[in-house]
Amino acid sequence: MSALASQVALVGNPNCGKTALFNRLTGSRQKVANYAGVTVERKAGVIRTPSGRQVQLLDLPGAYSLAATSPDEAITRDVCLGRMAGEARPDLLVCVADATNLRLHLRFVLEVRALGLPMILALNMCDAAEKRGIVVDRARLEAELGVPVIETIAVRADGAAALMARIDGELPPLAPSGAPADLHAEVRRLLAVAVRVPRATGEIDDAIDRWALHPVFGLALLAVVMFLIFQAVFSWSAPLQDSIDAGVGALADQLKTMLPDNTLRSLLVDGMLVGTGSVVVFLPQILLLFLFILVLEESGYLPRAAFLLDRLMVGAGLTGRSFIPLLSSFACAVPGIMAARTIQDPRDRLATILVAPLMTCSARLPVYALLIGAFIPKATVAGLFNLQGLVLFGLYVAGIISALAVAYAMKLIRRDSTEHALLLELPSYRVPHVTDVLIGLWERASVFLKRVGGIILTLTVLLWFLSTFPAAPADFAGPAIDYSYAGRIGRAMEAVFAPIGFNWQICIALIPGLAAREVAVSSLATVYAVAATGDEAAGQLLPLIAAQWSLATALSLIVWYVFAPQCVSTLAVIRRETRSWKIVGIATVYLFALAYGASFLTFRIASAWS
Amino acid sequence: MEQRLRDLPLRIAAVVERVEDASAPDPIAERLRDLGFVAGEPVRLVARGPLGGDPLVVQIGYTRFALRRAEAARVFVRQAA
Repeated sequence: MSALASQVALVGNPNCGKTALFNRLTGSRQKVANYAGVTVERKAGVIRTPSGRQVQLLDLPGAYSLAATSPDEAITRDVCLGRMAGEARPDLLVCVADATNLRLHLRFVLEVRALGLPMILALNMCDAAEKRGIVVDRARLEAELGVPVIETIAVRADGAAALMARIDGELPPLAPSGAPADLHAEVRRLLAVAVRVPRATGEIDDAIDRWALHPVFGLALLAVVMFLIFQAVFSWSAPLQDSIDAGVGALADQLKTMLPDNTLRSLLVDGMLVGTGSVVVFLPQILLLFLFILVLEESGYLPRAAFLLDRLMVGAGLTGRSFIPLLSSFACAVPGIMAARTIQDPRDRLATILVAPLMTCSARLPVYALLIGAFIPKATVAGLFNLQGLVLFGLYVAGIISALAVAYAMKLIRRDSTEHALLLELPSYRVPHVTDVLIGLWERASVFLKRVGGIILTLTVLLWFLSTFPAAPADFAGPAIDYSYAGRIGRAMEAVFAPIGFNWQICIALIPGLAAREVAVSSLATVYAVAATGDEAAGQLLPLIAAQWSLATALSLIVWYVFAPQCVSTLAVIRRETRSWKIVGIATVYLFALAYGASFLTFRIASAWS
Repeated sequence: MEQRLRDLPLRIAAVVERVEDASAPDPIAERLRDLGFVAGEPVRLVARGPLGGDPLVVQIGYTRFALRRAEAARVFVRQAA
């Protein structure tokens, strides 16, 4: 009996439509994880072939060459060579090439063919090629290459059927190993005999790029796109967030009436439910932001944005590729730091990870809203702008400017003047495909929930413990939290935080606020013994703190929140992504130092001035 | 006349002559060759970045790449007649 494939790997250049093809072949039967020891994503799935067999399919990271220059490419090379620990060497390689980009992709095909494994060439995006009048003589290419060539259209449901049937059949013979001396010359020969290309570029791409890459219109377009994303992320997600908030509240009330009033109920409701609820509340915002980022990514626009901003970012010690992670960080630094994986250069990646927490994430908003509402008058500036809105905008700008400044300072400290390449491909524009966007969204949401869920749950339980024990005696006058460990810690912290104007109530609120920034609001409410939670608390808390705090204290706290690493999930994800406690230490120390220094200045200046 | 790709005017058809190593070894030059910057390949500048004309968008073969000026300085081209 002839051999059948059981381990199949997809290889190909970046932007060849490999992942879309992977989605068509596996449907939802896929699993995203990391390769052992590195933060390169490993996507694997199971194909059910027409004959009913199950075949393992691995989607290898896109590579331009087996002479790897990034961790992604190294993984692809090592798996293909069977040198990757814990990874079986594939017994069939499906090399994917974009039919509209064969000059580039065929060179890699020849490199892969030289490995001498059984191989199929999937000629992808044949529909787009046809539209552009590109004619590929499939039979001739197959004869010249000596490997089976199959036409696929990854954006169509049946576009992979022929490939599926070929994978199901018996293994093709070993590819002719040994590479021609000059791969480029061989590619030119193949193109000359088997491919006809009337025009090197797509007319649509040329037309869009004339505007999208224009020094003035291009930047204006980028500004409009970003503005629309922000509008959508913050306004569309609000009703969803409110209903999640209400749902968690209702569930908590329900549990409170069902369970006897004891410590276990407090742990379940106040600790675990409310704690995890405070994270889930941000899911709509994060999903919306991811939706936009995925659509931009699939459409081919994001590399253009990176091109437009590269010079600015390089000036600050970052790279154009930092744009995407930093944009994500406006929703939450956790997915932002995870998105820094797309930066291949380790130095640029580290700089991006270290400044991502300075982007104003959505968890800061409730805190800002409370403090601005209490201390900034509802005045109109220049007859047009709302002063409160201006202050909020100013806080966003402060975050961006300090991120650029910190990155610049790191660049000076590093004094590493070695050159790091941009070499960024601008792929053809494509209409995003719904299935691919949904699968991408599902992957990111589940990764986010899994990673953050565990950490948040653990910490909220710990913080619940600190704020609950020891229980206050019946005759204790103040709020119960004052008697607990958290209360005592808050009192002890006051010595450190008095110079920047924080009273002991603020110090206590900072502790649970470590789990999630916005928890500080409800903690303040608890400390001020207001019998309410969440938004309601903010309403009653507002006049209280407006009466009791000085303006200097309020401003100092606002500035504190611009910088302070008040979020354990962020620190945990930095540890996960960099695999280094040292970098976590550096991030924590520099952010706290910056926060303390800036708050100190703010408090002193505001005190002297008022 | 041979000139650096960096200095080529926008949208003028040219042909790659060679890629020069800036150091030995030069992985960036090596990668440029892998991406198709080899002698005889048609090339042209599509756009320059909004700040200081950096980076550049280059059409090589059927593909567009954004290259920083320092990267594009390694590539020598000759304008097509």
